[in-house]
Amino acid sequence: MTISTGVTYRLKNFELKRNQMLKIENLHATVGDTEILKGLSLEINAGEIHAIMGPNGAGKSTLAYALGGRPGYDVTAGSVTFTPLPLAGGAGGGQTSDEAPPLTPPASGRGTDLLALDPHERAAAGIFLGFQYPVEIPGVSNLQFLRESLNAQRLARGEEALSGAEFIKLAKEKAALLKMDMDMLKRAVNVGFSGGEKKRNEMVQMGILNPKLAILDETDSGLDIDALRTVGSGINAIMRKPDKAVLLITHYQRLLDEVKPDFVHVLAAGRIVKTGGPELALQLEEEGYEAIAEAA
Amino acid sequence: MSDSVKTSDYDAERKEMNAEAQEAVDKASAYEFGWSSDIEQDFAPKGLNEDTVRFISDKKGEPEWMLDWRLKAFRMWEKMESPDWAKLEIPMIDYQDAYYYAEPKPKEKLGSLDEVDPEILRIYEKLGIPIEEQKVLAGVEGARKVAVDAVFDSVSVATTFRKELEDAGVIFRSISEAIKEYPDLVKKYLGKVVPMHDNYFATLNCAVFSDGTFVYIPKGVKCPMELSTYFRINAENTGQFERTLIVAEAGSYVSYLEGCTAPMRDENQLHAAVVELVAMDDAEIKYSTVQNWYPGDENGKGGIYNFVTKRGLCQGKNSKISWTQVETGSAVTWKYPSCVLNGEGSVGEFYSVALTNNYQQADTGTKMIHNGKNTRSTIISKGISAGHSDNTYRGLVRVGPNAENVRNFTQCDSLLLGDQSGAHTVPYIEVKNPTATIEHEATTSKISDDQMFYAQQRGLDAEAAVSLIVNGFAKEVLKELPMEFAVEAQKLLAISLEGSVG
Repeated sequence: MTISTGVTYRLKNFELKRNQMLKIENLHATVGDTEILKGLSLEINAGEIHAIMGPNGAGKSTLAYALGGRPGYDVTAGSVTFTPLPLAGGAGGGQTSDEAPPLTPPASGRGTDLLALDPHERAAAGIFLGFQYPVEIPGVSNLQFLRESLNAQRLARGEEALSGAEFIKLAKEKAALLKMDMDMLKRAVNVGFSGGEKKRNEMVQMGILNPKLAILDETDSGLDIDALRTVGSGINAIMRKPDKAVLLITHYQRLLDEVKPDFVHVLAAGRIVKTGGPELALQLEEEGYEAIAEAA
Repeated sequence: MSDSVKTSDYDAERKEMNAEAQEAVDKASAYEFGWSSDIEQDFAPKGLNEDTVRFISDKKGEPEWMLDWRLKAFRMWEKMESPDWAKLEIPMIDYQDAYYYAEPKPKEKLGSLDEVDPEILRIYEKLGIPIEEQKVLAGVEGARKVAVDAVFDSVSVATTFRKELEDAGVIFRSISEAIKEYPDLVKKYLGKVVPMHDNYFATLNCAVFSDGTFVYIPKGVKCPMELSTYFRINAENTGQFERTLIVAEAGSYVSYLEGCTAPMRDENQLHAAVVELVAMDDAEIKYSTVQNWYPGDENGKGGIYNFVTKRGLCQGKNSKISWTQVETGSAVTWKYPSCVLNGEGSVGEFYSVALTNNYQQADTGTKMIHNGKNTRSTIISKGISAGHSDNTYRGLVRVGPNAENVRNFTQCDSLLLGDQSGAHTVPYIEVKNPTATIEHEATTSKISDDQMFYAQQRGLDAEAAVSLIVNGFAKEVLKELPMEFAVEAQKLLAISLEGSVG
């Protein structure tokens, strides 16, 4: 299995060569003494949505954590290069705007060695992790959490911090997008939230933090049909932009009906064993992972 | 959210005050002889004996009865022994190897802020303290008089405050002044809540107290502002053996703030304050403390020993006394702000955050003594231990035989950072009336790796993440503090935890 499949698709689906945002090469990662990722390679271009599917224990969450820099998920080999497109017109713009900013190529042509960054630096660089199990932080309101987080990111990028009023405006806008009550945002982070509310809250956070690359780990699990639709349209509204990309980790076709992927990858035993278009997800749904993983 | 919004307003306000202060200082320094006053460098010789006590009383020009009171206390103290029941390791204190009277304290005079320990300046900066206040706190020569006057005069705070208080009939004086001006009031209440023989450190304080505050709120008066020693000009140098007495007559209300978030260094290692509160029918006293005395260095060298006796007497029906404390400083803290609930239907509250880091030790909590019927008390204690520190909650809830329908709710939460720190909860519950309802909840937790990574993934660095989580943990207590204090206390918690992550 090589990357070339992806390239073929890319050329087929788009007229222009797209800007490469994330390049994972031969990634090996261990948790404790166990090697989970065994030479995973993947390229994601700006403007693309990739779905990763695979059986339990294949390494999907490990991939998400390794990219986020979680301690305990040790990368033993390989590289990850992150090359987000800078916003044209300088920093600070576009935060509250839904209009896609014009694209400019990366200044140096060389990306950032993502693995060399601390988790919070990766966040400031534009990486967002949608957690499979969002974490509770008692006594800290969602709004406080997000305002501090967003402003920490902005300061790290050399942008100005948002004022209280600017932030509230932004938060209201994104909460409305996800049909979330502002009262939920005043409550402590994920404390007493239902499974579905937690997932929706992750998407509100994503909207507010406005990342370049969102890695969404089973964001669809625990959602009822209506919530799934809301979350799906939220992902599309926030992330389907020429300068953004999504890596969607999921078990089910349902979410992919809402968020149409450009590529579908099958992850098994720590490697990507097959890559295809949206139809691959349908095939998986019918035949199961085992058949496809074996055939690959 | 509204908290943070208000912060910026507050900061802006302070900046403005700061600019005005600067102007006043510039003006003042142009006046050649403005600030040189002869400072009386008079102090009692080292050691503690009857002569020391007489010297102190004489220096303060105290009446005979006060001297007798002090001497009685001293003779009592000589026969007492230092308590050893707290979970504290206190090195032997040589009481004869200390000064008990030095006024003003021979604080090191500095020419400018450039001479101040940059570490201290960094902390001031983080706390958002205006430059002029920084000079005052650091002890820059001439700064105190100018800045305190300038800052508050410039916005007419001090004068307006004084006028307002006088119009309301509120007495707000140093205890030394009050002893001379209001001897009957002082005599009536001094030592009535914390008796002279109460404990070793309280008795010592009776003998040698340096100064402190006296507050009297007449019947039916709602004190028009929050009282703070900070606003009381001439409040400096009362630190070591402070004595505070607050009396709230029937139907009155007062909120009192003590302490300062800025780090306070002091040459005197031993501090033993006594605070007495009295609330009559339907009166309410809210007493808030932020304590940030020097905790010693990261190896536990130096640092203040803080042995405080604080007690409130709810004498009247439906009276209420509420203690809120944020304790982050001192090498050793021994402190149990308590409520004696005598009046029927009276209410006692204790909200506490105690944070220890490095080699700090804190043994703190409260006593709720229910003597009256239908009395209620609430205890919320949040202990945070980091580094090699030890943090103990020690609390007593006692229900007397005649106290019907008493209710108490106690919640003690401990948060541990790292694996070298200790958290201990020692609740004592004594119930002699079967109608009482006593609830006690206790939790011990650590900041989880999940929480840390979640916060870091959203963009916060490790220190900011810990600070956020700790402030969330302490929120129930912090929200009891007056607004400005709460904001500073949050920053203070963050600063006190520096270096504990990793």
